Amino acid sequence: MNWRAIWAIMRKDLRVVLQNKGVVLPIILLPVILFVVLPLLVLLLPAALGSTGAGSNDLQELLAMVSPGLRSQLEGLDPDAAGAVFFLVYMLAPLFLIVPIMVSNVIAADSFVGEKERKTLEALLYTPTTDGELLMGKLLSAWLPALLVSLLGYVLYSITANLAAAQLVGRPLFPNLIWTVMVVWVAPAAAAFGLTSMMLVSVRAKTFQDAYQTGSLVVLPVLILLLGQAVGVIYFSVWLTLLLGLGLWVVSLVLLYFGKRTFHRTELIAQL
Amino acid sequence: MADPIIVTEGLTRRFGDTVAVDGLALEVYPGEVFGFLGHNGAGKTTTVRLLNGVLTPSDGHARILGLDPMTDGPALRRLTGVLTETPSLDERLTARVNLSIYADLYGVSKTEVKRRVDQLLAAFDLTERADDKVGEYSKGMKQRLALARTVIHQPTLLFLDEPTAALDPVAARQVHAMILSTAREGRTVFINTHNLVEAQRMCDRVGVMEHGRLVALGTPHELARSLARNVSVEFELAPGSAEQAMTALQAMPVQVSAGQRNGTVLVSGAEREAIPDLIDRLVSAHVRIYQVTPQEPTLEDVYFALHSDAEVKQ
Repeated sequence: MNWRAIWAIMRKDLRVVLQNKGVVLPIILLPVILFVVLPLLVLLLPAALGSTGAGSNDLQELLAMVSPGLRSQLEGLDPDAAGAVFFLVYMLAPLFLIVPIMVSNVIAADSFVGEKERKTLEALLYTPTTDGELLMGKLLSAWLPALLVSLLGYVLYSITANLAAAQLVGRPLFPNLIWTVMVVWVAPAAAAFGLTSMMLVSVRAKTFQDAYQTGSLVVLPVLILLLGQAVGVIYFSVWLTLLLGLGLWVVSLVLLYFGKRTFHRTELIAQL
Repeated sequence: MADPIIVTEGLTRRFGDTVAVDGLALEVYPGEVFGFLGHNGAGKTTTVRLLNGVLTPSDGHARILGLDPMTDGPALRRLTGVLTETPSLDERLTARVNLSIYADLYGVSKTEVKRRVDQLLAAFDLTERADDKVGEYSKGMKQRLALARTVIHQPTLLFLDEPTAALDPVAARQVHAMILSTAREGRTVFINTHNLVEAQRMCDRVGVMEHGRLVALGTPHELARSLARNVSVEFELAPGSAEQAMTALQAMPVQVSAGQRNGTVLVSGAEREAIPDLIDRLVSAHVRIYQVTPQEPTLEDVYFALHSDAEVKQ
């Protein structure tokens, strides 16, 4: 592998991506909404409106629905603290996965499809890079930023959540084991899932917008997880988190296998 | 003569039922400026892709600089530079960044990159706008930058796909000058074009493609002599002799008309061998002739002669 060429492809893709507001805005806004605005709203808005916050009747009903495993994790906490832990540690955990998935997905859309749309791919195909180096450069240019944004998002979320819940719980909620597994194991897998699914979408998509819209469907599994936890079918234990990561890695490898089969310059040039 | 650096035999590429390149047999020699002529869709771009190993042939084979494009693609592309039909530049990046990224991709020595980029920006008259985004450039500037990128690794063999298409005459002239200067540095240049004036002006030899087949090959002069059967001849005559000359030539199997300049007569449709007979006829009719100028067929005449032949064969 010629790592200098791979780095040049990454540098090119990232510089181009950073000039595209359609890519940069979601990358900035999504983590801010999920990791700052949402936890603040969940914890502070009920109190500001004069309700009893996390201890409201609605929340009690919701907590009654969660799986026994999760309920056991909340035992011994007063209702407000239980509500805070439930939302911040468990309910928002699936939403965290949206960040690596979407960031890698949107960068990959610009890198794979945007390059075709901007007619810049052909010159790249005439360089001495091998197909493997070209693919590696494009994968890393989407995967590494997704990891970085996820990590920064996690740090931001930990600070926000710890500050917001300090009064209710009386101890820092982060870092904790589940979220550490999420960041170290599941987020890289989720980023890989986001970009390998975009690899497949890119074969047919003609424009960045097409690819972006179709690629957005990859967040559906995350919404299913969220719903599953809300209705008590599953809860984010360490084991489930480890298993989820494994599942995402396996799916990503399968998608990569199929994506790689179409990622040959002889195929790519025919799409121009 | 040196060994050819491009050799193809029976090179064929099909897309479904369409044959884009049909049994191409071609040799191009070191230091040549070779023109590949043809309409849009004649198979020129497909040929460049096949010769650089970015497209697989359906049949036949090629050796470029002694390498097989399909098995030695990366090594070959290190020695070739390709100017694509569209400039294929990252318009959101500056010219300097565009060039330095491609210098890395082509493996230019790290210590050389800055010097090479600065040198090319100067050579292609882009230094003043080097740090502007390429999207703000004119078409001519983009084409110059694309050409600079094509030679960043000092390739032995250059492929230029329609280098002046969509450029205004001034920008086209600048690009021509840059191509010729590149060729003078000893590189072999393979130009795809449908601009016949460009081919005639710049190329040592040309090949004419028609529906994927190479239908003619030679120097522009050779092709003109062999394929354009008839010539036009301009006769400059003594004042007041035009009418007399036209009457004298009426019986000859040619078309006679008044020339564009005063006192001239233009005879067209004559075979080259008939020129002495035309002069004889005029002299016999006591027409005083000041000057006889055969107008050699141009590459354009050849091209259209070939094109009409191919249409007839279809």
